[in-house]
Amino acid sequence: MSYDTMHAPVAHSEEHEHHQQETTIFGFWVYLMTDCIIFGTLFAVFATLCHHFAGGPTGKELFDIKNVEIETAILLLSSITYGFASINAHKKNKGAVLVWLLLTFILGVSFVTLEIKEFHELVARGAGPDQSAFLSSFFTLVGTHGLHVTIGLIWMFVLFFQIMGKQGLSSRMQTKLTCLSLFWHFLDIVWICVFSFVYLGSVV
Amino acid sequence: MLGKLTLSAIPYDVPILVGTFIGVAVIGIAVLAAVTYFKKWGYLWREWLTTVDHKKLAIMYVILGLVMLVRGFADALMMRTQLALAYAGNPGYLPPHHYDQVFSAHGTIMIFFMAMVMMQALFNFVVPLQIGARDVAFPLINSISFYMTLVSAILINVSLFIGEFSNVGWLGYPPISELQFNPGVGVDYYIWSVQISGIGTLLTGMNFLTTIVKLRAPGMKWMHIPVFTWTAFFACIMILTTFPVLTVSMALLALDRYLGMHFFTNDGGGSVMLYLNLIWSWGHPEVYILILPAFGVFSEIAATFSGKPLFGYATMVIATGIITFLGSIVWVHHFFTMGSGADVNTFFGIMTMFIAVPTGVKIFNWLFTMYKGRVRFEGPMNWIVGFMITFSIGGMTGVMMAMPAADWVIHNSLFLVAHFHNVIIGGVFFGYVAGLSYWFPKAFGFKMRDVWGKWAFRFWFVGFYLSFMPLYVVGLEGMTRRMNHYDNPNWHPWLLVACVGVFVLAAGVACQVIQFCFCSV
Repeated sequence: MSYDTMHAPVAHSEEHEHHQQETTIFGFWVYLMTDCIIFGTLFAVFATLCHHFAGGPTGKELFDIKNVEIETAILLLSSITYGFASINAHKKNKGAVLVWLLLTFILGVSFVTLEIKEFHELVARGAGPDQSAFLSSFFTLVGTHGLHVTIGLIWMFVLFFQIMGKQGLSSRMQTKLTCLSLFWHFLDIVWICVFSFVYLGSVV
Repeated sequence: MLGKLTLSAIPYDVPILVGTFIGVAVIGIAVLAAVTYFKKWGYLWREWLTTVDHKKLAIMYVILGLVMLVRGFADALMMRTQLALAYAGNPGYLPPHHYDQVFSAHGTIMIFFMAMVMMQALFNFVVPLQIGARDVAFPLINSISFYMTLVSAILINVSLFIGEFSNVGWLGYPPISELQFNPGVGVDYYIWSVQISGIGTLLTGMNFLTTIVKLRAPGMKWMHIPVFTWTAFFACIMILTTFPVLTVSMALLALDRYLGMHFFTNDGGGSVMLYLNLIWSWGHPEVYILILPAFGVFSEIAATFSGKPLFGYATMVIATGIITFLGSIVWVHHFFTMGSGADVNTFFGIMTMFIAVPTGVKIFNWLFTMYKGRVRFEGPMNWIVGFMITFSIGGMTGVMMAMPAADWVIHNSLFLVAHFHNVIIGGVFFGYVAGLSYWFPKAFGFKMRDVWGKWAFRFWFVGFYLSFMPLYVVGLEGMTRRMNHYDNPNWHPWLLVACVGVFVLAAGVACQVIQFCFCSV
């Protein structure tokens, strides 16, 4: 904020709003970095415990890579669809934003469904999180990611109806869309690490 | 409806707790009655409980911190009197199970609900004013932070009267904090109160980092930022890098206890050493999170009461940054005896000793600020002089224990207990109290009468040396910490001196209570 805009009343309120958005997005970045440390810690825990099978099943015996590949493809695709929603938000194209958000939402729900199915199958095969330290750390790391995706989906659901309503693509909504986009892409990056280190690392 | 909660969870057979409960109930009812009588409910609700104003939240933090100081201090009083009595066959008045809860609660309360709360009070009050911001970046989140802290403080006090508190120390080491060895609710109280207040602190860190980066007055460049705000900035960075680790450690311990997982258990491939690494990679930075703002307070006070600008502003900022960095890579010195190997221990030992360098720079800066200044020995200035002497001694014993070889001998002894009280009371606590009396006029529009503050300082200063210097001695003689009773006749006189010391400290606390309650008298 420069000095002269401070004294021009009209420019001031716009400038103020812009500054507010910048602050919000910066704050959200800071939050994401703390989340990054949470995941980093969980990865460290997994790295420490990933060979503590305690006589139970190993990742190589358990993981169905095909299923995980589909999950990965779905999540990466959902990042692309969200990207299109962002582009259209900049163009103030409300209808297109809603369509792309809906697509992203559907992809997100399919991802979570596949993950729940995987967890359910593991538990049914007697490989639940209470079987060994390896499984505890696996379920916690992947589950924390899944929980984040679920929260992101709830957020997307709410945002969808807010944009559909009176607010439309106001600058407030734009900020919210930007924050959710950061969140969503961040979860994508975390998932790439999960896929590479947890699944591929276990089956190799 | 109450699940496993039965009447037997209420410890009506322990006279100390019944007495405390009656006291709390009487005071509570008196306060509520007074609010009703003076018809202040509306005022209280509108002006205080629902406020998002950083200055009012700061005052509520101070009140919470002072109440918890008294609570944590009561625990200290009990421990020292127990150890003065429980000698040569005398069991003392606190049975081991109760004693274990007392020291666990003392540590947890003093760190999370006294020191962290006071720190957030100072952040809230001072930072926005120093940088010319109207409020913090996210005022509502700021209020949520406060309420998360408050809720967990209430939770930890509820454990006094319903159920029990954790009996495994302030960090809840497994495997003893696991369900197998600790089926009671104590550790659960611990996990929840630490978890909730930890997330509250994390939100505070996020909020203030954003505030300092984004909401500075136009024209305030980085090297124009006042020193206290600088220290708050670095403390926020440490909060943001380490509190998520605390969140994860508590969550994993909870998963072990609630869902039968095997992170830190003895069986199922769990690793206790993992917990130690996790909790201390939060726990060590935590003490720097506490001390850095205290350093900031001292920098403001030294300049003000010496009538001179701060000596070496830039070096002060750089030293704070270096401490932030080094403080984050020394955590293994808390468990040299774990067996990480000589190379790892040496690295962490040397890094620990390095911290003395930027800290020394700061001490010299404050001394040179005072040098040839027109020094006025008002209340806050007393604390800073007491701090420089006491903290230097604490720092030196810290460097002693940074040597892995020496640490193998004195780890887990009362020498260690004396060391960290030396730096936390002599550094953190002196700093925060000095800050409270220094900024009190800014908050309320008048100065507190200095005489009670000066007496508080005298009692705290003398009481500190009486209480903790003997612990260095018995620690070197081999007395381990967390002992409930002992037989060694050599220790007894020293522990009697420490017991006298704690009563001198009690006089200090009393002076402070008087100072705050009757501040203009």
